[in-house]
Amino acid sequence: MKAVITVIGKDSVGLISNMSAVCAECHVNIVDITQKVIEDLFVMMMITEIDGMNVKFTEFVDRMNKKGKEMGLEVHTMHEDIFNAMHKI
Amino acid sequence: MISTNDVFETLQMIRQEHLDVRTITMGISLLDCASSDSKKSCDRIYDKICRKAEKLVETGSEIEKEFGIPIIHKRISVTPISLVAAASRSHTAVPYAIALQKAADTCGVNFIGGFSALVQKGFTESDQTLIRSIPEALSVTQNVCSSVNVASTKAGINMDAVAMMGGIIKELAERTKDEQSIGCAKIVVFANVPEDNPFMAGAFHGVGEGDCAINVGVSGPGVVKIALEKCGGDLTAVADTIKKTAFKITRMGQLVASEASKRLNVPFGIVDLSLAPTPAIGDSVAHILEEMGLEKCGTHGTTAALALLNDAVKKGGVMASSHVGGLSGAFIPVSEDAGMIDAVRCNALTLSKLEAMTAVCSVGLDMIAVPGDVSASTISAIIADEMAIGVVNSKTTAVRLIPAYGKTVGDSVEFGGLLGSAPVMPVSNFSSEKFIGRGGRIPAPIQSLKN
Repeated sequence: MKAVITVIGKDSVGLISNMSAVCAECHVNIVDITQKVIEDLFVMMMITEIDGMNVKFTEFVDRMNKKGKEMGLEVHTMHEDIFNAMHKI
Repeated sequence: MISTNDVFETLQMIRQEHLDVRTITMGISLLDCASSDSKKSCDRIYDKICRKAEKLVETGSEIEKEFGIPIIHKRISVTPISLVAAASRSHTAVPYAIALQKAADTCGVNFIGGFSALVQKGFTESDQTLIRSIPEALSVTQNVCSSVNVASTKAGINMDAVAMMGGIIKELAERTKDEQSIGCAKIVVFANVPEDNPFMAGAFHGVGEGDCAINVGVSGPGVVKIALEKCGGDLTAVADTIKKTAFKITRMGQLVASEASKRLNVPFGIVDLSLAPTPAIGDSVAHILEEMGLEKCGTHGTTAALALLNDAVKKGGVMASSHVGGLSGAFIPVSEDAGMIDAVRCNALTLSKLEAMTAVCSVGLDMIAVPGDVSASTISAIIADEMAIGVVNSKTTAVRLIPAYGKTVGDSVEFGGLLGSAPVMPVSNFSSEKFIGRGGRIPAPIQSLKN
């Protein structure tokens, strides 16, 4: 199973490493990253593998939100099923 | 592979366009809670609801977090209490409402529906007791919702019940006058009531349902409005855009419904494909109609625009869900829709126009404040008109009127929250008293004879 993490906010040093450190802590494997910096707005989408995670998914969501908040970023961690349901027949 | 565009489209719908699942409603049968001793019956009701819905709120919140979809309400609907209370032959149904309130508090849900009676053809003693108990029951409880089905295409209109409901609504308005007659926001009078509706105040768990079911109501007027902003084509293109958007919204509802059903180990009932507005800016059904090209909701063309919207929502949604039910369509509550409130304030939208609109949308005259001194027979006559539209057109119609105690045209009723605020609307000054006073039954229309 996969989760989709989106990160939106002001670009800063260590942004990707900080967010991916939370993934590593929770044994969440990042399988794809796309990112863009538009002026100084940073937009990133990570596709992650959550089958081997060592915490509850809701706990992982909390940790990502906490880290995002610390860094002044808007983070959404969502199960892939929502996107598959809405955009695929 | 998940595309970036799809991810950001979903995010934008949730963050900026108020996309949400409006409610997960657990329907619970209370038929096995009947007893000749009303106290025993109330205890059984409390125990069963708490047992079945123990994890409802927790599970709803978990799904909300994992999928990133706001789920606004977690609610419960139960078997119409007049059926459960019949065996007790009690002279009041108020203790049953109190038991429901206690169960709602324990489970942490914000509404519980089913203080209801189905009297489209006639009353049982228990139905009469329940209806007479409504004013007290809804004024001593906060989260109990009530509904009375007084008409159906098959049975016609029970005009004795219609006459009775005018007085009940007036009495309830008076009993809750210190809270702007809010009690009346918790009672709906129906024709052709659906038995699996997840939306309040009209939700109850029908007798043809299983022991327990999960029903989900979706929402998303804001998403439809934004999609239409980008649609410059003719009305066929408008209908297609609405269908595509409704499909996506409903798929989300279906996902939440099946997850909830799996995690709670309760069968999935239906998804209700409704566009349910809130008073928040950007979450209005009226604004969708205006986006189609009407200067103000309520002007000429509004009924046609609403008919298009209602139909396209159903067509788009029906393929996205394995079971569709409930009310399914566009809601047009006045107090809960910023665009409707505006339209009433500038006299673009009148009660007569709202009545016409109910012929083509999913419900009826909803959350409309009328002067507090309006007579009971006028309220009954408004109900009768609405029931006639439902019965003749084989559709659900409903009335949720607030005769705002001590207020008159020009005043406003402020409920706050999702119930919003309602400008008091004028009604006809001419009497319907003799007509309502005749009582009896309006026979079922010829189109009911389909066999």
